[in-house]
Amino acid sequence: MSVTTVSHPAAQRGFALGRLTLVELRMLLRERSRLIRMVIPFVLLVIFGSIPFYTHDRASLGGYSLFDAYLPILVSYALAMVALTGLATVLAGYREKGVLRRLQTTPAGPVRVLAAQIISQLAVVAVMVVLIIAVARLGYGVFLPRQAAGFVIAALLAAAALLSLGLLVAAVSKNSQAAQGIGLVLFFPLMFFAGLFFPIPVMPAFLQHLSHATPLGAAVGAMSAAWVGHWPQALQLWTLAAYAVGCGLAAARFFRWE
Amino acid sequence: MPAVIDVQGLHKRYGDTVAVDDVSLTVAEGEIFGILGRNGAGKTTTVECIEGLRRPDRGEIRVLGLDPRRERAELTQVLGAQLQDSQLPDAIGVAEALKLYSSFYRAPADWHEIMDMLGLASKAKTAFGKLSGGQKQRVSIALALVGNPRVAVLDELTTGLDPQARRDTWDLIEGVRSRGVTIVLVTHFMEEAERLCDRVAVIDAGRVIALDTPAALAEQAEEQQRIQFRPSVPFDDTLLTSLPDVTSVIHRGDVVVVTGNSNALNAVTSVLARQQIVARQLRVEQASLEDAFVELTGRHPSGQPETV
Repeated sequence: MSVTTVSHPAAQRGFALGRLTLVELRMLLRERSRLIRMVIPFVLLVIFGSIPFYTHDRASLGGYSLFDAYLPILVSYALAMVALTGLATVLAGYREKGVLRRLQTTPAGPVRVLAAQIISQLAVVAVMVVLIIAVARLGYGVFLPRQAAGFVIAALLAAAALLSLGLLVAAVSKNSQAAQGIGLVLFFPLMFFAGLFFPIPVMPAFLQHLSHATPLGAAVGAMSAAWVGHWPQALQLWTLAAYAVGCGLAAARFFRWE
Repeated sequence: MPAVIDVQGLHKRYGDTVAVDDVSLTVAEGEIFGILGRNGAGKTTTVECIEGLRRPDRGEIRVLGLDPRRERAELTQVLGAQLQDSQLPDAIGVAEALKLYSSFYRAPADWHEIMDMLGLASKAKTAFGKLSGGQKQRVSIALALVGNPRVAVLDELTTGLDPQARRDTWDLIEGVRSRGVTIVLVTHFMEEAERLCDRVAVIDAGRVIALDTPAALAEQAEEQQRIQFRPSVPFDDTLLTSLPDVTSVIHRGDVVVVTGNSNALNAVTSVLARQQIVARQLRVEQASLEDAFVELTGRHPSGQPETV
């Protein structure tokens, strides 16, 4: 029995990480429950955008509406969802199934698959954020972030912070069930301090300070500032960077491949 | 010719448990080398060290001259592994996975051919999570071969396969070997070791307790023959147990089972003939690898039904 050998010419061989990322992305988009979860922020957008109470401008908010203030919170919701129910559970599931171990015996190695997952989830969240802003602009007349560069930086740092947190959850979770559980436990406090349940400016001072120390609280603060045209507060950007680096280092320290 | 795999003095412990205790073996190019033992004997840990997945506490391992830990990148190009209990993500398609994995290697095999070889062509577009256990196993084997390795390590190759699929897989492995691939086969399944392996290392409690060809190991078993028959008339067991060549006589319903050394058949049939007892449905079995295994380790391999 003979099997022909194929030798890839250098051009065809390309980049293993690139190919892995495409496959990971395709797999992400095949799961129906995940696609449904991705639609939720848009459903919320439509609901709140249709309620006049939320959409009329208020002097108390400097001429902005509750809906305007709500958008950075929606963006944070998308970030948390992708990082905790997406990245964390997929990676923990890979470890549980022996996928990472199997890749250790191949030239690609498990680190590349981890990177491919992170890049895929980042791509998903980037598309979601862009769409949220686009739908708000086109459907509800909300202005685009005025301090565009500041907003992009704030959003990227927020994504880094949340994805790092997702990695840390994956690192310490035995399996995808555990990751889901931990993600759920983290999700509510994170979203509370992001102002999902009631806006940060309405919180008592002590809770406001606390919320700015949490990743999503800092994210909402930074993105809100950029949205209305100010450069985000340095402290909030540093907070996000600290979470990104800290969780990332902790994840690297605790991550088990099997 | 230098050995393809050279393991010397391998030692590995997990906490207080010593999983592998001074294992040494060499595998020559082009042979099918079996590692036989009960579950928990240390087989999987041994091959994981060979594959570079685990760091041994002591000992030297060289695969094709490479150190599995320090030269992992190079090793993965020439060694393919089929791991017990290792799955793929549920959502990945069969052809998608083969194509992806083949792209990792410098000179991979044609993955279409591998897919056909393993009977997976009809499932090319099926998601891994939707395959049967046997099909998943075949995908796993395909992934081990898709890189066109020089050495393939197969751990529990045919677990979960039905008898026909098992035999097809054995044919496949012999075909792979005939292309010059060296194969390490980890198994607890005696028939598989006897059928496929050129040499077998029997591992028990982390040590190699025997290393030889399956036939040579079988010959070492003291109880060489097992004779079964239905006697035409009942008789006293001492008729047979008094024979020096007979070790034991037991009854299973109507069937009498006599075990003894290689001269037992002669002795038994002579005695029965003299007593004018006809031995109906006479069946003789030579000692198998399993008998040798049981004698060497003192226990049956786990998961095996009690055979006569």
